[in-house]
Amino acid sequence: MTPDELANLAHLRRARDLIDRDYAKPLDVPTMASRAFMSPAHFSRLFRTAYGETPYSYLMTRRIERAMALLRAGSSVTDACMEVGATSLGSFSAKFSEIVGESPSAYASREHSAVEAMPACLARFQTRPVRDARPVENASRSGEAPAATAV
Amino acid sequence: MTISLQYTNITVNDVDEALGFYRDALGLDVLNDVSSGAFRWVTLGSAAQPGVGIVISVPHAGRSTADGNVLQELLTKGVLPFLVFSTDDLDALFERAQATGAEVLQEPVDQPWGPRDCAFRDPSGNTVRVNQG
Repeated sequence: MTPDELANLAHLRRARDLIDRDYAKPLDVPTMASRAFMSPAHFSRLFRTAYGETPYSYLMTRRIERAMALLRAGSSVTDACMEVGATSLGSFSAKFSEIVGESPSAYASREHSAVEAMPACLARFQTRPVRDARPVENASRSGEAPAATAV
Repeated sequence: MTISLQYTNITVNDVDEALGFYRDALGLDVLNDVSSGAFRWVTLGSAAQPGVGIVISVPHAGRSTADGNVLQELLTKGVLPFLVFSTDDLDALFERAQATGAEVLQEPVDQPWGPRDCAFRDPSGNTVRVNQG
């Protein structure tokens, strides 16, 4: 890798760390891009290439992963929504259902014994919903919940 | 019959830069420093845990260019597995690390699941967590 490519990857990493840290704040793409010293469009493109989803999608996935943890700990759906920085309960629930495959209340009422047995710093990565990287031109949403994958 | 950890490896982009973090910020001791060709392997350790060596080297040390490139990309993106250290004085360690300019991921906090901990990125992109022991 060239020194420039490495420097860009390190900038992207710092922007991603910002998202992981400040997910509950009203983060927008220009703020993330400025952490990476890039224009928003260039940043979004490089981020997607590196991490398989757009910066905004990464932020929403991070929020849902945190909300899943709060729900497992007994939080109400409304509290979980507000605590992860989502402002609309309706769009939060829709996004949650889209990437988890079930509604927040259905998720909350399930058993979570395997997750509770692992340290939370591991659970953060193990339970992070995985979104498949799709080519940019096919990025439009199908509106369907992701199919369950065999493990 | 017993078994215990003796050596573990950390891949970094620049060995000298990494020493600024692992030696100066975290306080590990340099136990060995071996060069072979263009590459260098530095072994670090701690008197608190004699017999365990942490070896740092660059992605291309002992690998093909193609494999080194892949590893370097994962390292710099910050997606390699993380390390967890333990200390008897987390706040003092955090202050010293911060004073050396270490990149802070998380200030010391009491985690709901138990330990008080903090987290850094090393200069190459590895995640390093430190627990209060």
